[in-house]
Amino acid sequence: MVRNFIHFCSDSFKYSLSGKNLYHVWMGTLTFFMIVGAFFYSKQVTHGLVVTGMNDYVSWGLYISNFTFLVGLAAAAVMLVLPAYIFSDKDFHNIVLIGEGVAVGALLMCLAFVTADMGGPERAWHLLPGIGYFNWPESMLAWDVLVLNGYLALNLFVPMYILFQRWQGKTPNKKVYLPFVFLSIFWAFGIHLVTAFLYAGLPARPFWNNALLGPRFLASAFAGGPAFILLLLGVVKKFSNFKVDAQIKSKLALIITVAAQINLIMLGSEIFKEFYTPTEHSISAFYLFFGVGEHNALVPWIWTSITLNIIATVTLTIHKFRSNPKFLYPSCVILFIAIWIDKGMGLVIPGFIPSPLGEFVEYQPTLVEVAVSLGIWAFGLFVLSVLVRLGFAIEQGYLRKNQNSN
Amino acid sequence: MRNFISNLFKHNKKTSSSQCPVFSQDKTTTRVDEEKGAKQILDKKQNRRSFLKGMTATAGAGASLMAVGASNLIDKDAKEKAALKWEEFFKGNYRVMTEDEKKATVKRLEELSRINNNQNVSISADAPLEGVLFGYAFNISKCQGYGDCIEACIEENNLDRKSNMQYIKMFEMDHGKLNVESGDAAYFHQVPKDDKFYIGTQCMHCENPPCVPVCPTGATWKEKDGIVVVDYDWCIGCRYCEAACPYWARRFNWAEPEVPKEKENKNQHYLGNRKKMKGVMEKCTFCVQRTRKGQEPACVEACPTGARVFGNILDPNSEIRYIIENKKVFRLKEELGTEPKFWYYMD
Ligand code: SF4
Ligand code: SF4
Repeated sequence: MVRNFIHFCSDSFKYSLSGKNLYHVWMGTLTFFMIVGAFFYSKQVTHGLVVTGMNDYVSWGLYISNFTFLVGLAAAAVMLVLPAYIFSDKDFHNIVLIGEGVAVGALLMCLAFVTADMGGPERAWHLLPGIGYFNWPESMLAWDVLVLNGYLALNLFVPMYILFQRWQGKTPNKKVYLPFVFLSIFWAFGIHLVTAFLYAGLPARPFWNNALLGPRFLASAFAGGPAFILLLLGVVKKFSNFKVDAQIKSKLALIITVAAQINLIMLGSEIFKEFYTPTEHSISAFYLFFGVGEHNALVPWIWTSITLNIIATVTLTIHKFRSNPKFLYPSCVILFIAIWIDKGMGLVIPGFIPSPLGEFVEYQPTLVEVAVSLGIWAFGLFVLSVLVRLGFAIEQGYLRKNQNSN
Repeated sequence: MRNFISNLFKHNKKTSSSQCPVFSQDKTTTRVDEEKGAKQILDKKQNRRSFLKGMTATAGAGASLMAVGASNLIDKDAKEKAALKWEEFFKGNYRVMTEDEKKATVKRLEELSRINNNQNVSISADAPLEGVLFGYAFNISKCQGYGDCIEACIEENNLDRKSNMQYIKMFEMDHGKLNVESGDAAYFHQVPKDDKFYIGTQCMHCENPPCVPVCPTGATWKEKDGIVVVDYDWCIGCRYCEAACPYWARRFNWAEPEVPKEKENKNQHYLGNRKKMKGVMEKCTFCVQRTRKGQEPACVEACPTGARVFGNILDPNSEIRYIIENKKVFRLKEELGTEPKFWYYMD
């Protein structure tokens, strides 16, 4: 068993190193970005977080924005898992591995972004229960550490088990993996809600301190995540002989559309609450949407996001456009971008502006932050590429245990 | 549902039934926290101990290895420094240290200051005094916005001079408004100015501090005498507490803090004004290094107008108690339920 597993790993590793030229160019590009990111991160380690645009006023920036968005992407895998395993929808069975690969890639990026944001990453062992002081259940951040790592473990275990069995030419035993699949479904909602509560639980920041934050997180995640997966399917189809069922595509598109619609409704209700009867607590929203005085750095961002969001949602809502790839794919791209802005910078930064004592200090990410963020994204895509390719190779039977060896 | 609501109110009523008229609700909170903390400690100690023992043994081995291998190159101080740093790195959270462990870490830190800076500092680990709950009052009628308090605080607490870190914020206010959000914290002109008045803010040492539960490593907590502190060596610099504070009282070390050697205040406390490092959180500690020795905080002492009053609110004869009971006092953002121990009043 152990020897088999080692063999499985080395086979997978060898397979990941081989490929067409295009594959190598793609992976090489990602590696380049990772190296650049690492170089800039080393600057941050030597000089401290001064090299970022953050300060005591806006104390979280691009890193935590990306983290927040990526938690949503990770949680979205559930939108494939749910129909595939629970409703035994055959169509989804084949692509569920993609969803899990996306989850793993996104979670690794989440953890990397949190680490990049820490003032003392070398002291992160203080979090370990037992030898450190894990402030659980009080701290929402402790919860987040717990659920993110748990979700990562689940999303590594299930596909690994299935692929390992397939590689050996066996059929995976449902009794072994289904319980974990069920668990991972609840867990997915968990990681997203906990991350939302991280913000919503702060009365000091009225912009975040609202009950709608959790549900809105879910809605936007279930729009943006599947949009990403649909695009990924398009790429897979283009570069392999894997047939993506039209059924799957239309079902996914429907999920995206409904989630995007719900998300827009909630956005509308938030806007109504902030602007119909503005209170002192609406200043952050004013800052975000219209700017206050000469402070308006986020205004172009948020309006871009809203415009893209509406265009994508309307396009997807119209059945004729949704079923036409010429419209479907671009809509997914702009929806993804809209949600990245909305859940990232558009959510995190205005929470800090103005400060609780009313001071306006704006935030602009520095080159270091941008380079490190790109590096982490490249890292996530790198992992994702390896996993998805591997998953397909084994599922389709290209990569099997060599019967003669062993 | 009914029950739940009436329970909520019952809980609030508790406030009026304990010894101190000002705070009582929090007494319960504190006790619960302590008990729970103690339990956690008991559960944890075993693991920690054995883990640390292993680590220290490794440290010893590492140090002696270095001693053998490169005894000519590395002088005694450097060897000692490496060993001290190693032990410091693997020490525990201050709040769960035994008295001996506290003494040991304080000694190591003093030694490191000597080796690194050639500076003899004295770091205290004074515990909270029994029957003391510190509180602060700020007289809006008296304050003229001179900012002597800010200066004194910087010097007393060894605040980073390079980024000009300040714990105290002074707002210049227009008449007709009392919320600091409308004030101007960037005023730069001769004071006092006609038609203006001044309000200072700093850490309010909330009895119900929202900055404390959020910390994932328990690196910040409220001491028995009501002071909210940070264990700089335990903080991982996630800045969640900074986001959670409604009074913008926390400061992060974005770079390595700089304090000129001759300016360093050598009377230090582990939880107070000792030198901080890059990547950790800090904040006003009511000058714990002074107040636990019976002195007043530096800001109170420095104020030329007598606008700042500090004392033990459990002592019925203290000035602070007199003010709270006899003046018309208010606190900032009371609606958040943070119960700041920082009162404002007017004559
Ligand atoms: S004022 Fe801020 S930092 Fe101070 S105790 Fe209250 S919440 Fe914590
Ligand atoms: S910055 Fe430090 S003290 Fe604040 S929450 Fe994070 S670990 Fe705790």
